Amino acid sequence: MGEPGTKDILNLADLEAAGGIHTGRKHIISLLVENKPGVLARIAGLFSRRGFNIQTLAVGPTDDPTLSRMTLTVDGALQPIDQVTKQLHKLVNVIKIRDLEPGETVARELALFKVSADGESRSQIMQFTDIFRGKVIDVSKRSVTIEITGTDDKIEAFERMVRPFGLIEMVRTGEIAISRGRAAT
Amino acid sequence: MRAVDAIMECLKAEGVDTVFGIPGGANLPTYDALYDGGIRHVLCRHEQGAGHAAEGYAKASGKVGVALATSGPGATNLVTPIADAVMDSVPTVFITGQVRTELIGTDGFQEADTTGITMPIVKHSLMIQDPREIPAAIHEAFHIARTGRPGPVLVDVPQDLSRADIRYEPVDRVHLPGYQPTTEGNAKQIKLAAKALANARRPVIYAGGGVVNADAAHELVELCTSDRFPVTCTVMGLGAFPAPHDQWLGMLGMHGTRTANYAMDEADLICAVGARFDDRITGKLSEFAPRAKFIHLDIDPAEISKNVPAHIPIVGDAKRVLPKLTREYRALEADSARLDGWWERIRGWQERYPLGYDDSEDSEIKPQYMVQAMYEATGGDAIVTSDVGQHQMWCAQYFHFSRPRRWINSGGLGTMGFGLPSAIGAKVACPDDTVLCLAGDGSLQMTSQELATAVAEGIPVKVFIMNNGYLGMVRQWQELFWDRRYSAVEMGSTPDWVKLADAYGAIGMRATDKSTLVEAMRDAIAADGPVVLDVQVTKEENCYPMIPAGQAARDMVG
Repeated sequence: MGEPGTKDILNLADLEAAGGIHTGRKHIISLLVENKPGVLARIAGLFSRRGFNIQTLAVGPTDDPTLSRMTLTVDGALQPIDQVTKQLHKLVNVIKIRDLEPGETVARELALFKVSADGESRSQIMQFTDIFRGKVIDVSKRSVTIEITGTDDKIEAFERMVRPFGLIEMVRTGEIAISRGRAAT
Repeated sequence: MRAVDAIMECLKAEGVDTVFGIPGGANLPTYDALYDGGIRHVLCRHEQGAGHAAEGYAKASGKVGVALATSGPGATNLVTPIADAVMDSVPTVFITGQVRTELIGTDGFQEADTTGITMPIVKHSLMIQDPREIPAAIHEAFHIARTGRPGPVLVDVPQDLSRADIRYEPVDRVHLPGYQPTTEGNAKQIKLAAKALANARRPVIYAGGGVVNADAAHELVELCTSDRFPVTCTVMGLGAFPAPHDQWLGMLGMHGTRTANYAMDEADLICAVGARFDDRITGKLSEFAPRAKFIHLDIDPAEISKNVPAHIPIVGDAKRVLPKLTREYRALEADSARLDGWWERIRGWQERYPLGYDDSEDSEIKPQYMVQAMYEATGGDAIVTSDVGQHQMWCAQYFHFSRPRRWINSGGLGTMGFGLPSAIGAKVACPDDTVLCLAGDGSLQMTSQELATAVAEGIPVKVFIMNNGYLGMVRQWQELFWDRRYSAVEMGSTPDWVKLADAYGAIGMRATDKSTLVEAMRDAIAADGPVVLDVQVTKEENCYPMIPAGQAARDMVG
């Protein structure tokens, strides 16, 4: 496949099939990196070069001002993700990297929903917001804006509930994650 | 002092005696400091030449090679050597000028996003944002380039910052919390590896360029000769094990010997040292060494199990790990007789499938003979650089390298035009050695302007052109796999290399007769100054044996 020596014509289906077997398992990668210019570009570039699509990405400061925390989520096949984490280790600005096990990890995301709301639907939307332990953070005559925190499942569930009312806009931060128990992530 | 003067102090502290490069607007300050900075500068004719010269210098000496270029086109011309250096793990530092900080991001004259463009092909890069960082950055660059798995490090210095007045204090240690290469190797894994070697009945030791980089050739020989282990090397590893030798199988891979490839195919244990199971080695991955277990020793953990799953991975520096492995193996006192049957099989292949070709009956020079003539003319005592293509493979097959750092070529990236500038770098590093560049007539035209460098700087490299008037390897593939539809591979008889050499002030010679070739080569080597020897060889000779692309070692042809 793809060798210049073979002049056989490749059909598109074969080409696509050779593109890699995705396990579908979501990976949450937590990186502790030096807070220096260009670090994000290096990391993002590595994922794209190795054929991964970053689904979410959150970057923020840590308790140490020289370091930043990055949390990425990707869908990936088992073998290649290992190759990516090994390559990430080789980046000089990356201090620590973990492919977090879902069972041993607490992950949270924050999302903001702007939903159409008139007198009648507003109370229903507020009820859903209560059930999801969300907060109303802005109201206008014809809309309401809600803040929801939780796992991506919960946020997606809330989205399904309010979509019928008329979802004007949704903004999500991408997940951040921390390991369970006493040990540092 | 000016930041650029501090750069000179840093370079000297790192033991740099020579740099290669070309000045321009954005690195004017650097060149001003270089004027009386106490470091030799070799003015190349193209930044690609400077970059490959730095690589040749590094590969021949084991020291870090340094190339300088200005911003924009100067830096983009370095892209090929940087990519070459990352693929072959060549310790190099590239210092590029950048436009003034106030111009960055404005599409200023000769502005290019150098760190952005090179990001996927560097081991690391540093974009200077504060002139006070410069000394530390230079030392970090050298430390990263040289340690662990070596590679290219780029330092991009904006023009204004390089003129800043800073306080320079010698930096004696670098602080890189995210960079700590593993060198020692896990003791338990080493014991396991020794045991596996002792139990193996059909072992092969497969060594790559990592052994050369680690300066571990002696340690490799110690391991191999602690028993009668058969040894093969990749094209990058040639010289790590002294050829010819009783235990030497020849090079392996696409144009390796049948013996080496068949041995890999039938091995029950393959011990890879500083090699990375490249596709030119494995052929069809699913049929590669189907009966073998793998010990994989490498300094780069990302190489282990990347292409072939390792049963016994060892992360470490070959120079530190190999002696431990040899010691552990010796302690097991394995019975050497267990390898008798294996050697019988190997000797059978060696007898049946020696490297060979049909030599001409007349004066025609076969390309393989040309390499043999080079070996004869030098007695094997030379540093040989090459370009990329058929001549490179023939050289790997027929020139026997008995020491490391004597064979300098572009293995991973396969960069045509690598030969001449890397020969210049190698000659600067090793002025007392004979340095030959075996060039292809196609490849040499990509960097032939460096003949001017060799002449002007008095660097007496000897360029032997294997001239078949074709882009020979591509022609071979078109012949074998694309129904002889020769598309855009004929180079014709231009240029006239003798005249071109003459125009540059070098000595031009031509050889067309087999019977006087060795003598012509000796004359070329003995002549004062750079020489171009145009050797007219058989036009349509194929490089054999070969594993056709995407096939297994079993399927070797020719």
